[in-house]
Amino acid sequence: MRRLIVILPVLLFAALLGVMAALLTDSERNNDPSRLPSPLVGKPAPAISLPPIADNIPGGFSSEDLKGEVTIVNVFASWCVPCLAEHPLITKLAADGVRVYGINHRDKAADAATWLRRHGNPYNAIGFDADARASLEWGVTGVPETFIIDPNGIIAYKHAGPITPDVLERKILPKLREVEGG
Amino acid sequence: MKQVSAFLILTMLVLLTGGSPVLAVEPDEILADPVLEARARAISTELRCVVCQNQSIDDSDADIARDMRLLVRERLVAGDNDEEVVNYLVARYGDFVLLRPPLQPNTLALWLAPPIMAVVIATLSVLFYQTYRRRRLAGTGPDPLSPADRAELDALVDRIASTSPPNPSGLPRSQFREEIKEGLTSQPEQDDDLPEDDGSGEADTSAGNADTQQRT
Repeated sequence: MRRLIVILPVLLFAALLGVMAALLTDSERNNDPSRLPSPLVGKPAPAISLPPIADNIPGGFSSEDLKGEVTIVNVFASWCVPCLAEHPLITKLAADGVRVYGINHRDKAADAATWLRRHGNPYNAIGFDADARASLEWGVTGVPETFIIDPNGIIAYKHAGPITPDVLERKILPKLREVEGG
Repeated sequence: MKQVSAFLILTMLVLLTGGSPVLAVEPDEILADPVLEARARAISTELRCVVCQNQSIDDSDADIARDMRLLVRERLVAGDNDEEVVNYLVARYGDFVLLRPPLQPNTLALWLAPPIMAVVIATLSVLFYQTYRRRRLAGTGPDPLSPADRAELDALVDRIASTSPPNPSGLPRSQFREEIKEGLTSQPEQDDDLPEDDGSGEADTSAGNADTQQRT
């Protein structure tokens, strides 16, 4: 009994250190901003209606336009470096036949147009969200963020942060298949 | 001189209060209606700027904090009550947007842990203290003397008790014997309780012993 009283605090402290070490070294948990679950997943995409960036860029869409087909909605900006990093993967998804919409977040029209001209425009339609009001409506905290919307206009998945090949393989593609299959 | 000290006091006041954040709310955001604006400010202090971890949207200069402040005001102007405004943002950003976590099933541990820990620690403290006190009073702690020393001491005490005359305090002999024993084994600060001539330390005891023998 006496020994236990002496040893117990040491054991508890060791256990605490173990838990901390596990949490600190778990890179999955540590680096994944999407671990904050979006309360919008499983709910209809909040109503938004966005104009196009410019007349010669396909776009302007509202939440209603998302219905009828599985759609990826990618929130991006020309000033956002991770958006550029994930751009090839978005382009690939679009090339593979997925309908991809873009929300141009807190950007200048001229900058966005230049960026799209330089890096290519894979988006079926882009909504221009200069004041980020629509992004706020969708619970966007930063760029890039990617939503998967099912044919009924329900948000099936949300990924915060850039899409990496790993995220694409392990999260986006399985979710797309699930939504398309269901 | 007076001016200098006035300046110093002012500087200190500025430094002391300067720690509190300068308002992030921009003049163009402020509503014309002071009542609505006051409500907006009150709501804003309770909402987390979701990209700043632990700052309210009222304190933060982040773009999204400004957007959320404008949204709060927009909803208020549209006629929402305070709760509806907060719920509007919770529906989009989750409970994370609330700086004060609500009391609900998944936050029970968060809310109950501190009072439970306080009760546990208080109980343990009382128990430990009582055990310590009892042991100290009963003198049942580990014996600081070796068996040989203990035997010698007992013999010494017996001799003093049997040879000394009735002591000044008028205690019966058996109790007097206990007093001497305690005086010889307990901590120095308890020595005050003992009869004077048995004071502290071996030298005094033997002196007292010599004294009584002379008088006998």
